[in-house]
Amino acid sequence: MSSNGGNGKDPVLVVVQLSGGNDFMNTLVPYNEGHYYDARPLVNIPQDEVLPISDTLGFNPAGSRLKELFDNGDVAVIQGVGYPNSSRSHFRGMDILHTCEPDRISTEGWVAKLTQRLDPHSEQPLTAVNIGRGLPRAMVAPGVTATSVGDLDSYGLMTDIELEEERNRDLEIFKRMYTPAVGAGLVMDYLRQTGIDSLAGADILATVPGAYESSVEYGSNPIAKALRDVARIHTAGVGTRIFYTNHIGWDTHSHQPQQHPTLLRDVTSALADFMTDLREHDAAEEVAILVFTEFGRRMKDNGSGTDHGSGGGAFIIGDLVEGGLYAEYPSRDPKEWLNGEDLKHTIDFRGIYGTMLEQWMGVKPEEIVVGDFEQVRPFKRTMAAA
Amino acid sequence: MSTEQRRLAAHLMRRAGAGASPAELDELARRPYEELVEELISPPAIPDEDDDLVFRYFPSLANSDTPWLWSSRWIYWMVNSASPLREKMALFWHHVFATAWFKSEHGPSVAPHIEMFRRFGLGNMRAILTELSRDPAMIYWLDNCENLSSAPNENYGRELLELFSMGVGNYGEDDIKAAAYAFTGWTFEQPIPLYPHGGYPSRFKYVPELHDDSEKTFLGRTGRWNGEDIINIIVQQPATGRFIGRHLYNFFVADEPGVSAWSVQEPRDPDAVGRLQSMFLESNGNIQSVMRELFNSDFFKAARYERVKCPAEWVAGAYRLSGKLGLPEPEMWSLHMQMGAMGQSLMDPPSVEGWHTGKEWIDGGTLMERINFASKLVSDPAAPGVQALTSRIAADGGSASPADLVEAALDYAGPLTVSEATRDALLDAARADGDLAFDSDESREASAKRVAQTLRLVIASPEYQFA
Repeated sequence: MSSNGGNGKDPVLVVVQLSGGNDFMNTLVPYNEGHYYDARPLVNIPQDEVLPISDTLGFNPAGSRLKELFDNGDVAVIQGVGYPNSSRSHFRGMDILHTCEPDRISTEGWVAKLTQRLDPHSEQPLTAVNIGRGLPRAMVAPGVTATSVGDLDSYGLMTDIELEEERNRDLEIFKRMYTPAVGAGLVMDYLRQTGIDSLAGADILATVPGAYESSVEYGSNPIAKALRDVARIHTAGVGTRIFYTNHIGWDTHSHQPQQHPTLLRDVTSALADFMTDLREHDAAEEVAILVFTEFGRRMKDNGSGTDHGSGGGAFIIGDLVEGGLYAEYPSRDPKEWLNGEDLKHTIDFRGIYGTMLEQWMGVKPEEIVVGDFEQVRPFKRTMAAA
Repeated sequence: MSTEQRRLAAHLMRRAGAGASPAELDELARRPYEELVEELISPPAIPDEDDDLVFRYFPSLANSDTPWLWSSRWIYWMVNSASPLREKMALFWHHVFATAWFKSEHGPSVAPHIEMFRRFGLGNMRAILTELSRDPAMIYWLDNCENLSSAPNENYGRELLELFSMGVGNYGEDDIKAAAYAFTGWTFEQPIPLYPHGGYPSRFKYVPELHDDSEKTFLGRTGRWNGEDIINIIVQQPATGRFIGRHLYNFFVADEPGVSAWSVQEPRDPDAVGRLQSMFLESNGNIQSVMRELFNSDFFKAARYERVKCPAEWVAGAYRLSGKLGLPEPEMWSLHMQMGAMGQSLMDPPSVEGWHTGKEWIDGGTLMERINFASKLVSDPAAPGVQALTSRIAADGGSASPADLVEAALDYAGPLTVSEATRDALLDAARADGDLAFDSDESREASAKRVAQTLRLVIASPEYQFA
């Protein structure tokens, strides 16, 4: 199969992580059902406020921009994402989602393993780019290069040295000090490789801000700024195949009715603006976005928020996405709750990664997600060469 | 004074503080090592006048609603405190009990949260956990204000066991529920609204009507436990000694894999963690005793440059190296943001898990940010640290060779041991402009500039990333 969409572009994956555990039930609301309102007397979305997409489900009104994308056929909603014996710990949960290893600690992130498949000899420093401070574990594995960009506009080493000649001389010395040496130890090896890679990446990224123009006005919140940076780098065509960004604050144990809508509004508006921006640059077709979170939340509310639960949801967004609902919405019937309090997942997150890896990026998923998991079929066609 | 004594004192001061200058090291190395340890672990009570100067420069601290200036003020004390371990312990506990401003957006409660660590950081674990459980910033952060006997919220109960004391695998879900019930009614007074009178901290409040007074079984012991009883039981657990010991090892001795790996991965040095655990249990949770054991141990003394500096250590260390920030400077305004770019916004960690340490501090972006930050500080030939180093080199005679320059800069920044490749690169850079002269104002000025350039390359070296 050779079907790279006809425009010769390589497929690009954008991963948006919602840290803290997004409440899937209050994102896509089962608004016609007593079980939901019984379990959520205080933290619910009233029936007359939801934006229906069927006679049983509707989007949270704060997600109206996501609904627009959905109505346009650009959003695959994956319902009931989880894994057996879901961890309720944020950090263990996120670890598991980053490494696909629920039963052991791994130092290899799934995005890093994908990076390695795409760029086996680490020849391209910008194959994988994180927008934010600090690399997520998903992007880290021994010997794999990933770049983290906190502030795209001032990215570069020793940029305070005014004399070009002096700066170039220091950068040469820097390169020599960071040239990998035998037997220096794992951490030192990593550090040196990072130094060399970041220098190479910085040279390329320095050209990005000047090359970007757009009529899209993004919001003034962190996720909007991050996705705008993704758009700037992607449209500059510097060869990045994977973008990653993290949106924090989804741990809504309290004040959920106030906080959750703001989070949803920020992220869904940023996603919609991002898609518009890409289309304006004729750079949308090759991009698929995966939005995920570490777990869903408890069936019952706690009076002001919801505690850690399981059975969450993910979204796949893009021009080549076959919009619709995928997998099954977990049952809200108390008789079917997991351990008497949780949504039971209906599809494994590793199958969702597998979907993106195999069907979108054209990479065999079994080694990366450590096993063979049921996938969904959310793409009209793929950009990946066979 | 032996070279080894001086290197050991430097190691101690890097770990227990933000490092010491060569002149300070000359003094410290003359005293018995155990005496230095004793002085570090026994800081005097914080004097009231401590902050007068900082507040005079930054009066808006008095009702600041954000942690930006507060975290800068903390860095100021890391750089200038006569009791550096007090600040380092506070940083340690902040790593363990990671509590962030972004949820409450209430600066006046986040600042006292760190003050609590400065005050109690070397005390007994019971006091530390009790203060922590009474702390409004923590109560809000983990929703204990919503933990009611009628509707328990188990967030604090869970993290108290999982992240703050024992670690996963040492208790069951029922223990979490029992702990949650025991802390029902532990809440805070509603803080005065920011507008129109400015920010005020909140205060702990115990509400008996919201407390569940019934019998609970916690870790196999049954009683009408309240929060203090839970803490008392926790501190007696071997798992707590091991967990805190491992945290201390990771923060003060050598980098370990992240805390999420601990339930399945053995410590890097099980004997060392075992000794810290024993001392914790033997001393009934006395952190000062555990720190004495740690600093005086052979495993600590041997662990030179085994930790990647966290951004707080990096920034405080760079200030000490440059000799800047002797007074509260206007640039303190932007410190919080700059540290965020290095991956550590103090008083605003990314989650209750805290920061991932060790090599996870370093990625392409953060490496650049930290080097750029320190580079700017030491690139200034007029910086007191650069001037002091220039004088130190000049004191040996009217001129100095490129090799003298490199040796002196490495001594100044550590003493730092570097690879041959690093030393050669530094030497070549220094050789490009020949010998340094100090025989006129002009030549001294030119030499100071070269000292600054060399120091800039030393702090950019891979070796300097380690503490």
